[in-house]
Amino acid sequence: MATKLKSVDVVLVGFGWTGAIMGKELCEAGLKVVALERGVSRDTYPDFAYPKIADELTYGIRGKLFQDLSRDTLTVRYTLKDTAVPYREHNAFLLGEGVGGAGVHWNGQTYRPSPEDLQLRSHMSARYGRGFIPADMTIQDYPVTYDELEPYFDRFEYLCGTSGRAGNLNGQKIEGGNPFEGWRSRDYPTPPVVDVYGATLFANAAKQLGYHPFPQPASNASRPYTNPYGVRLGPCNLCGFCERFGCYLYSKATPQTTILPVLLKLPNFELRTRSLVTRINLDSSGKRATGVTYIDEQGREIEQPADLVILSAYQFHNVRLLLLSGIGTPYDPVSESGVVGKNYAYQMMSSTSVFFDKDVAINPFIGAGAGGSQIVDEFNSDHFDHAKQGFVGGAYIIGGQTGGRPIQQLSVPAGTPAWGAEWKRAAKDSYLHTTSVVTHGSVMSYRDRYLSLDPTYKDSVGQPLLRMTFDWHDNEYRMSKFVTDRALEIVKTMGPKSHSTLLRQPGDHFDVRQYQTTHTTGGAMMGSRPDNSVVNRYLQSWDVHNLFVLGASAFPQNIGYNPTGLVGGLAYWAANAIRTQYLKNPGPLVQV
Amino acid sequence: MNAPHTPVRAAPARAFKLVAALIVLIAAAVALAWVATLFAGRTDDSTSALAADPAMVQRGAYLAKAGDCIACHTSMNGKPFAGGAPLSSPIGTIFSSNITPDRETGIGAYTYADFEAAVRRGVRRNGASLYPAMPYPSYAHITDADMSALYAFFMLGVPPVHEVNKSDDIPWPLSMRWPLTYWRWIFAPRVGPSVTTSPGDAELARGAYLVQGLGHCGACHTPRGVTLQELALTDADGLSYLAGGIVNGGTAPSLRTDKLTGLAQWTDASLVEFLKTGRNANTAAFADMSDVITHSTQFMTDSDLAAVAHYLKSLAPAHGESAYAYDAATANALYTGHDDSSGARLYLDNCAACHRSTGLGYPQVFPALAGNQVVNGSDSSLVVRIILHGSKMPYTETAPSQFTMPDFAWRLSDQDVADVASFIRGSWGNRGAAVTASMVAKIRAQTQPPSPSDP
Repeated sequence: MATKLKSVDVVLVGFGWTGAIMGKELCEAGLKVVALERGVSRDTYPDFAYPKIADELTYGIRGKLFQDLSRDTLTVRYTLKDTAVPYREHNAFLLGEGVGGAGVHWNGQTYRPSPEDLQLRSHMSARYGRGFIPADMTIQDYPVTYDELEPYFDRFEYLCGTSGRAGNLNGQKIEGGNPFEGWRSRDYPTPPVVDVYGATLFANAAKQLGYHPFPQPASNASRPYTNPYGVRLGPCNLCGFCERFGCYLYSKATPQTTILPVLLKLPNFELRTRSLVTRINLDSSGKRATGVTYIDEQGREIEQPADLVILSAYQFHNVRLLLLSGIGTPYDPVSESGVVGKNYAYQMMSSTSVFFDKDVAINPFIGAGAGGSQIVDEFNSDHFDHAKQGFVGGAYIIGGQTGGRPIQQLSVPAGTPAWGAEWKRAAKDSYLHTTSVVTHGSVMSYRDRYLSLDPTYKDSVGQPLLRMTFDWHDNEYRMSKFVTDRALEIVKTMGPKSHSTLLRQPGDHFDVRQYQTTHTTGGAMMGSRPDNSVVNRYLQSWDVHNLFVLGASAFPQNIGYNPTGLVGGLAYWAANAIRTQYLKNPGPLVQV
Repeated sequence: MNAPHTPVRAAPARAFKLVAALIVLIAAAVALAWVATLFAGRTDDSTSALAADPAMVQRGAYLAKAGDCIACHTSMNGKPFAGGAPLSSPIGTIFSSNITPDRETGIGAYTYADFEAAVRRGVRRNGASLYPAMPYPSYAHITDADMSALYAFFMLGVPPVHEVNKSDDIPWPLSMRWPLTYWRWIFAPRVGPSVTTSPGDAELARGAYLVQGLGHCGACHTPRGVTLQELALTDADGLSYLAGGIVNGGTAPSLRTDKLTGLAQWTDASLVEFLKTGRNANTAAFADMSDVITHSTQFMTDSDLAAVAHYLKSLAPAHGESAYAYDAATANALYTGHDDSSGARLYLDNCAACHRSTGLGYPQVFPALAGNQVVNGSDSSLVVRIILHGSKMPYTETAPSQFTMPDFAWRLSDQDVADVASFIRGSWGNRGAAVTASMVAKIRAQTQPPSPSDP
């Protein structure tokens, strides 16, 4: 029998980026907010303190900051006919857990989507004809436009102290920024992090080929920065321990370095860690959430009533909690009915290690996570003519390196043995003289790619795991080949001694053992109608009006960019809708 | 506030004996006059100034913050002003008293005259003298109007808390309070206005009033005599006023315009920023000053803080120091890899990520070590303590980020700490004396890390 607590105004399920943003915004509105986080409490000190955090084995390989997969994971299969098996080690994607969530161990890439990314189906149909989109590709438009979201992208970037150079200020193209980006109402809050040398070589070659390289937008502050909440970040010193690590220098924007110093002091906010939410409770009508049930640190079942429930966990967990709570109709790929779990997507990368001679000092240990790299965006979104290419989507090309960690970031030329004296010699010869060129591409959504509850495997408290049904489609192989060919033209122009490329070829299965990007999306997508989506344009559940579902689960398909800028922007957008519309008149914000 | 650096250091035994002997001597010499003390104390028996004026209560609340009453009169996790906080002194532990308006256990039964006598004269309602841990020699400067406002706040603005005062943990004969009366007679000033020798304007006078009176800055920053009296209570008393004192076993730096170890390098604006936010472009608060900023100065108005800065900057240097000048040689040597001394290597491996090879840190984030007056101070134990146990910036409403320096006690040997501390104290133009491994060993033994550092 669950212990029932006193009701609160808002309960947040998960306390990473979106939970922290929503917590601050709703506390500012005067509401009593409780955040339930199933992981532990973490802060820069002592959890990310120098020098212990710079330990690749503990954090990079063993994933000390990641979700404990022995207690909860998901299962993976390729097709509807396969039996899924559990994901046992962090490789393909790196799930966060604990205060700050994956916002602790990210690199800091902070992109906005291209305007056409948000209206992808109608844009592609209009430009290339209705028949251009394959029949089994279930992509759809976001129910919100770039122009509507611009102020909220801006808020997230100014929260983070994002470094970068604008390419389009209020419609005016700016030399040195991304010429393809949507308009910005103002420049980035901090200037770009200085380029690492590999990025300089890449940008020079890209310019020779007529491209317009620009510094990657990075929430790695390039100088001390105080955000609108009064919280200050220190400047990045390019130590190279970003992704998979916490930042000891207070430079990488995380909930800890941008929101929590203020939020955790508010009297109307309460954080409860080690609190695992197992379901969202509904009233007898099934149309209204009454709160959540969770298991606390002592293993007791607790009911927390609330007027407003915010699902702010990682994308997978948001979808799973909806399914476990019986909210919305689960997607069935056979009958093509239902929406919860539909349009799961991932991303596809290719990577090329670029080896120079000893006269070129790359010094890869100088790295800034997202900062210090250069980007070519000519082949992303619809920045180029897709008509002849026969695929939807694209990728950006990135040159430079995020760091030079000895285990995961040491490349040796193709053909080198995996161990022994010859490997050692190659490692010694290559380490200081190697950089990389990577393509980071979109993945579309398809009829047979989705999320559901697993019929076999359960988590540590006896609830079914989430099951992913996913494999690559031809569209993505073609996209990756096309953009990688462009990337290799740049690589050749860089004039290296040699290079080796990892490109996923038609027939290669999705391999959970290979890290690409950790960006998984969809399953609780936003849309214009209840029959095509789980949440409306304000991320409000169509079925339960006092439930909002934040995060990348709302993406109808995946973009070529890293998702955090869009996730953060949508969180501020939803928070604004709650503050300015919902609280005055609780009920559905979109009538159909 | 889990500052990782607030170990309380036991006073050296020698000082204890000396002070004990002196106090007993004074006690014996004037014992015959003790009867007189029964009639001494309050000189002002004015009637209650209590009036239920909300503006006055509010003003009293502000003045109580400026006086930092809450810091001593609230125990860890205790109710505000309910007392019970231990204050270590050379003669033993004193526990602060309940100053909430609870009639039985607090000061609810105090008339204005009782209250005034305690705050400005150090005399309890029962006629006994207060330990000068209560800074009544400073509070003697508080004006009547401000006293009335403080009284209104403590009677009407503080919720009463029933909390019986703890007995002090001071052994006999030092536990006898009557000798304190003579101490009071000898060392406490007459109740009266603040004094300054600097040619004044209204802002300067305001600053003098706040610094000498409510702020009681001298309690830590003015050196004390053998009987623990502050050697100067105003700048009119001489150059020892605010020339640097001892607090919790460490040195509180000079607040005069001493060129290397005082405020000569600080602008008025940087001083205001420091008191408001706990940090400025060059440095950050640590240890006891963090608490002062957290509970008191961050809440003061900009104009009061400007007055404080204006006054402090008017105080002539007390120590014959030449001005600090930045020396780029260290930064150049570190940048080009030409200094391979143990201290330089330890600095690069442990410190430079934040404080940089230039020693300049980053403004309002990581303090500068170059030219830092604490780094240059005669007392090297402060730097050693921070290296061993780390330090966390205070949370303030205008600067909420609590940048934290990690502890290095688990990682660096006594010799390592000595090498790197000596390097820091001798680089970029700094002129602090070298530190030895035995000094580090002693400090390490006397201070315990607040929690296990190995996660």
